Amino acid sequence: MTISIPIQPGRQVIRRGSRRRVRTLPLVAPSVLVLLLWMIVPLAMTLWFSFQYYNLLNPMLSGFAGLENYRFLLTDPALWTAMANTLILVGSVLAITIVAGVLLAVLYDQPFAGRGIARLLVIAPFFVMPTVSALIWKNMLMHPVNGIFAWITRSLGLGVVDWFADVPLLSIILIVAWQWIPFALLILLTAMQSLDNEQKEAARIDGAGPVAMFFHIILPHLGRAIAVVAMIETIFLLSIFAEIFVTTSGGPGLATTNLAYLIYSRALLQFDVGGGSAGGVIAIVLANIVAIFLVRTIARSLDR
Amino acid sequence: MRHAKSDRIALSVLGWTVALVMFFPIFWMVLTGFKTEAEAVATPPSLIFTPTLDNYADVQNRADYLKFAFNSVFVSLGSTLLALAFAIPASYAMAFFPTWRTKNTLVWMLSTKMLPPVGVLVPIYLLFRDTGLLDTRIGLTLVYGLINLPIVVWMLYTFFKEVPRDILEAARVDGARPADEIRHLLVPLSLPGIASTALLAIILSWNEAFWSLNLTASKAAPLTAFIASFSSPQGLFWAKLSAASTLAVAPILIFGWMSQRQLVRGLTFGAVK
Repeated sequence: MTISIPIQPGRQVIRRGSRRRVRTLPLVAPSVLVLLLWMIVPLAMTLWFSFQYYNLLNPMLSGFAGLENYRFLLTDPALWTAMANTLILVGSVLAITIVAGVLLAVLYDQPFAGRGIARLLVIAPFFVMPTVSALIWKNMLMHPVNGIFAWITRSLGLGVVDWFADVPLLSIILIVAWQWIPFALLILLTAMQSLDNEQKEAARIDGAGPVAMFFHIILPHLGRAIAVVAMIETIFLLSIFAEIFVTTSGGPGLATTNLAYLIYSRALLQFDVGGGSAGGVIAIVLANIVAIFLVRTIARSLDR
Repeated sequence: MRHAKSDRIALSVLGWTVALVMFFPIFWMVLTGFKTEAEAVATPPSLIFTPTLDNYADVQNRADYLKFAFNSVFVSLGSTLLALAFAIPASYAMAFFPTWRTKNTLVWMLSTKMLPPVGVLVPIYLLFRDTGLLDTRIGLTLVYGLINLPIVVWMLYTFFKEVPRDILEAARVDGARPADEIRHLLVPLSLPGIASTALLAIILSWNEAFWSLNLTASKAAPLTAFIASFSSPQGLFWAKLSAASTLAVAPILIFGWMSQRQLVRGLTFGAVK
């Protein structure tokens, strides 16, 4: 294959290795600029609105509110319910997906007949759009009358669980965990494959059984990858929205309202821009606490 | 030997059981899409039935499925092209001419991904309302292009770093300008990397559901928002929901399966190798 490079006539020949000749600023600047705008402008607006009286339904009420929006939000029990729900949702999904992810990574690292296809089937849920997963689970699996789960438990004589009425938050947790187990598996499987075979062999010769092998060789090796999975999932799980939007709309009561859904309902259903923005600021602060750790881990991997 | 063989069989059984359980909801969705509405809600679940394509026809005739599918295609492809146009020059510069700023720039770009979307929902919604971008394909394309830009820059950066520098340097000695270098050398040489980056961006845009639910209504709604319209309690149509969902999920599932290895690189920003 020949590649022809147009040559600039009359251009001075550049010395090999003199890299500064290429001006990189015009190449990088557009990306930086659009991202800066995308980040700074709305962020500044959120911050500004959070200190204003601003309700789309009541234009008479306006002006500087000081910390009034925050005071109102922080003394509202709904916020604390939403915070608790957010933490339960994130914590449970993390626990389920990481434990399942590690076990499945070990399982799918072993050779067996048809492993390639089995792997494809397991990771499939990650590519299903959230609105589809939520509605399929809610209607066809968890429906108390016509759902598969109800049919199974009834056939076993165990009675029926009305998932979204009896255990609404758990139902959401199960759906979200189903979507994210493949993510944990994909990443941990990649990490498994970088495990040194010699190290495993040496441990086996030293008489390490499968259990000792798991706890002393495999788990420590996966430590970093587990941390990365936990942090990336946390960032996404803090903002779970579509699954709640299409199944419960935050209910019954506030049972499945997380922080993201609370802000949405304040701002776009009750048109309280000020209050919604104050909630937004709280969400940003929360996410940033996790983000700092994640960014550090990733920045460290850049140096290697 | 016998022990090893029984182990292997147990492993296969376990591996396949887990796989089938995880895949079951998707399998059931595809199956239900070929049932009549009566069979779809039957208990015990009907396994033997005469498959019908009526649901697929209905989804198109009554709900104009193709309009929403077109919106999804437009927004995913448009936003991916937009992100690539910005990212290719930036990643080229950072991969081949690193300065003391490069690492910080990369990490900073990434950190914009960590801003929870709900934190900027209110201003974006108001800005879109005031500029007439609400419920337009262009508006959603811009948003998706921007939220995917950091991942695209990051992935391209790791792919570009694998291109031998000597080739590009030789071209530079011959007087090639950066634009020529990118067009005639870098892009052809790293085409597989660019393709898998594009694939990931398409997958992420196709499945994005926060902004599509909040920024679009009937006109520009992509498939994520269209499927959400099935959640109304009056008149649930499971078979039609399943048919529409199958159509919405199938193309991206195949893309996902094709790109699973590169996916890890993109989703962990190279932190797991």
